[in-house]
Amino acid sequence: MSTEPVSRLQHILAAGAFAVTAECGPPRGSDPDAVARRAATLKGCSDAVNITDNQTAIVRMSSIAGCSHLVRDGLEPVMQMVTRDRNRIALQSDILGAYSLGIRNILCLSGDHQTFGSQPDALNVFDIDSIQLLHAVRTMRDQGLDMSGFQLSCPPRMFIGAAANPFADPFEYRIVRLAKKIDAGADFIQTQCVYNLERFRTWMRMAADAGLTERAYILAGVTPLKSAGMARYMAEKVAGMDIPESVISRMSDVPGEKAADEGIAICLETIAALREISGVHGVHIMAIGWEEKVRDIVESAGLMPRPDVP
Amino acid sequence: MIVGEQKSIAELQKIIAPYKKILILGCGTCTKTCFAGGEDEVATLASALRLACRKNGTGISIEELTIERQCENEFIQEAAPAASRNEAVLSLACGAGVQAVARRFGTTPVLPGVNTTFIGVLERQGIFTEECVGCGDCRLALYGGICPIARCSKKLLNGPCGGSKNGKCEINPDTDCAWQLIIERLTALGQLDNLRTYIPPVDWRSSNSGGPRKLVREDHII
Repeated sequence: MSTEPVSRLQHILAAGAFAVTAECGPPRGSDPDAVARRAATLKGCSDAVNITDNQTAIVRMSSIAGCSHLVRDGLEPVMQMVTRDRNRIALQSDILGAYSLGIRNILCLSGDHQTFGSQPDALNVFDIDSIQLLHAVRTMRDQGLDMSGFQLSCPPRMFIGAAANPFADPFEYRIVRLAKKIDAGADFIQTQCVYNLERFRTWMRMAADAGLTERAYILAGVTPLKSAGMARYMAEKVAGMDIPESVISRMSDVPGEKAADEGIAICLETIAALREISGVHGVHIMAIGWEEKVRDIVESAGLMPRPDVP
Repeated sequence: MIVGEQKSIAELQKIIAPYKKILILGCGTCTKTCFAGGEDEVATLASALRLACRKNGTGISIEELTIERQCENEFIQEAAPAASRNEAVLSLACGAGVQAVARRFGTTPVLPGVNTTFIGVLERQGIFTEECVGCGDCRLALYGGICPIARCSKKLLNGPCGGSKNGKCEINPDTDCAWQLIIERLTALGQLDNLRTYIPPVDWRSSNSGGPRKLVREDHII
């Protein structure tokens, strides 16, 4: 793990505080104010904001531009970067560019397959995978070398993150993969949304047994459910999602107009439970299209005010 | 083998529309095995096209011939007299065969009758699966004989993505997750430790990213 903190998020995690990150999807358009509006609702209630990289393979404003708008507005971004759309030349170039724009956190991902998106006829790239990207970013940071071994004039000093899905198969291999990500360079991990706490606890125990919770900060993902329909849709249609029947029932057992409140209640209970799990260093709130609720959630979870960083 | 699928009659009719005399040239190797371009398919296609053209009122003369392989001059030569008697050749070989025939018959248009799809295996009668992309640097020893470049939808070399569920790939419930298969196979072989090691990026120069490839076997050149 990089020792000298390079970002606000790293400062907070290194100080042992329970971190809060949030997700913000850039607009399907080029309006910078659209990013600013969403970001404004997250200011002061999250330590860093993930800007997604054409998530679900739908064309949006680029992650790097979205992050740059955040930096301008005084928020700290986590730049998500997928290997689906860019080869190693473009990825490295964008990392250098991102650093030059003041972006200090990166989340390395392979990315949703383009067949899920609005342009399934596109060619994918996958020149390198997410673990190879982690390795490349760490080598750029720690050794100042690009993937060709060229000494960079101003190495990008990024705080490096990776994703993990404790709910995907094959379950036993998930810890091996987590270890590979940490070995390759991940300083922090943001997980898939947790609804199945039992399985998450098992995964965390396995990670702790393998010594991984000592080597990377783990931020557990949460997504407040808006409706019973959303719960069912995510359970059935979203790849890698595990929503137990008990959670879906809770959402469908309340009247429609109360469902959103129930979703927030489940989210708060989940955060409370996550804080009790050894090795969980923070939460990553992915309130998809519902960014305005993040402040309430963070406040109600007792996670305000967010720590100051020098 | 190279697997291909015959184009639709509608598309083939458009492709041959400018010609009154065509040779349908079958290939007795790969496309024969995948029921796209062997002797039987040549005969069936010829009948179908004759019928379709008769319905349209467009007269056409179709000659049929199948040679052993369309990717070797030795066999292509056998088709030379038939090719010269016709205005165009409709080849039912793979894309390599079409080009090899076209190269040989410089003034006769050679048209593709098959969409070449992949290098694959006959999983069971009538079902073919893609297994190899011809990357030029075989890693199958490491992965228990299952190729993640050909069979993982994201070409991941360091383990499964978060979309593997119940042994299936996130992109399609009919597609096996290659990584599930790799892990099961390596477990059975007692070689699961292969997957703990970091696998560095692929050098794609050995694939077609390095430009069209040529294999020179000095020991076989006469």
